[in-house]
Amino acid sequence: MKEEGIELIKDGKRLDGRGFDELRPIKIEVGVLKRADGSCYFELGDNKVIAAVYGPREMHPRHAQDAKMAVLKYRYNMAPFSVDERKRPGPDRRSVEISKVSREALEPVIIREFYPKTEIDVYVEILQSDAGTRTAGINAASIALADAGIPMKDLVSSVAVGKIDGEVVLDLNAVEDNYGEADMPIAMIARRNTITALQMDGRMTKDEFEKGLKLAMNACQQIYELQRTALIERYSEM
Amino acid sequence: MGLEIMDEVRRDYTYNLVRRGKREDGRDFQDYREIKVEKDIIKRAEGSARVKIGNTEVLVGVKLEPGEPFPDSPDKGVIITNAELVPLASPEFEPGPPNEDSVQLARVVDRGIRGSEAIDLSKLCIEEGEKVWIVFIDIHVLDNDGNLVDAAALGAIASLLDIHIPAERYGLSGKGEDMIPMQDKPVAVTMVDIGGEILVDPNYNEERAAVSGLTVISNTDGTLSGIQKYGREGLEEDKVSEMVDIGIEKADELRRKFL
Repeated sequence: MKEEGIELIKDGKRLDGRGFDELRPIKIEVGVLKRADGSCYFELGDNKVIAAVYGPREMHPRHAQDAKMAVLKYRYNMAPFSVDERKRPGPDRRSVEISKVSREALEPVIIREFYPKTEIDVYVEILQSDAGTRTAGINAASIALADAGIPMKDLVSSVAVGKIDGEVVLDLNAVEDNYGEADMPIAMIARRNTITALQMDGRMTKDEFEKGLKLAMNACQQIYELQRTALIERYSEM
Repeated sequence: MGLEIMDEVRRDYTYNLVRRGKREDGRDFQDYREIKVEKDIIKRAEGSARVKIGNTEVLVGVKLEPGEPFPDSPDKGVIITNAELVPLASPEFEPGPPNEDSVQLARVVDRGIRGSEAIDLSKLCIEEGEKVWIVFIDIHVLDNDGNLVDAAALGAIASLLDIHIPAERYGLSGKGEDMIPMQDKPVAVTMVDIGGEILVDPNYNEERAAVSGLTVISNTDGTLSGIQKYGREGLEEDKVSEMVDIGIEKADELRRKFL
């Protein structure tokens, strides 16, 4: 962060031509994997992400079972070829943290009490990365869970906001993320303005934080509509 | 698993107290437990601090070693933050590789220091592209009675202030700074939501009774340099804003008193 010498905003537009409050193009496909109980392919600009859901299924080891509800597991994993410099396969500290935060982003909407002693597995693979992979992953996972028929109170929608060249903007791409001043991924239940995941790094004022939160809330409404439409299309096909 | 019923009883007890406007140790909702910061207690470390918040006790040690810079920042020092939840500190901690809690603890503390640019990393370059100072911040948890994040973050920044760079040990005398150049003092403030109430500095039982929480890390000028939400339930947007305000205010208090 904070490298000098790159101008990220020119004439009120960002390098990729977007306005400050504009999302990258989103593409959603539901039910893309045959073996999984539910799945979703999600594109956010140059991010390509796929999520699969297995379960509820018997939980192993048994001592980790919860007698009252299903245990949600979430694995965020980057393909080695998904980033410029090859990522060593397997979990690193970053993906361990993202997996935890993403699981907690989804737990509030899943009615886990329906399936005691079981586990629900969510596997998210990042195939191509361009900043915002955890948010794309949460969006995909939310749809995949619904596709798997897991009882849910609502969908979770996620997006990042950040600060570049002193401006608060929506949905940073990789260049903006690398050279920007702050990054704040958020997940929420868009219809209830309830925040289920929130992280921030970099530096911003309280006012900028509030502004970012508003931008994210608007964007999550848009993403929610796209998620909903994708699910409706999937089930009107069948 | 075997303690489930007692867990439930304790959770209900804490929850019901809060509903009546009380905490088990008699504090107000926005009060910290008693905090003690003791500096330079480990001779072998370049900097160290033992922080007690109530019964929670965390030891942070900072070591410096010359090493290679990251390829994308060849003229900057490196910060590596690590946390160990050693089994001595709690019946729930198990030996073995870092789990998601210890990873999260280390990464949240790291993010605050990095985001605030507390350390001027550009002054920790020894030879561009070849050699820079690596600042190892190691968090050793000794007793977990809740709110490890604030204790660890306070310990980390307290340790970092007034650190002599051990240049002579590595035959690098006269090259660069004598002290780690510090530019800010980020402070973490953690809160939980229990029954709609915001509790600052949750103890272990309160952490267990809470369904969501937030750490807010802020700087001397009141800007934010890190946020992390926890827990299996969501937080309303206005509650998050309120927590951020409280976080900034409490951080200021802690900074004045202990740093």
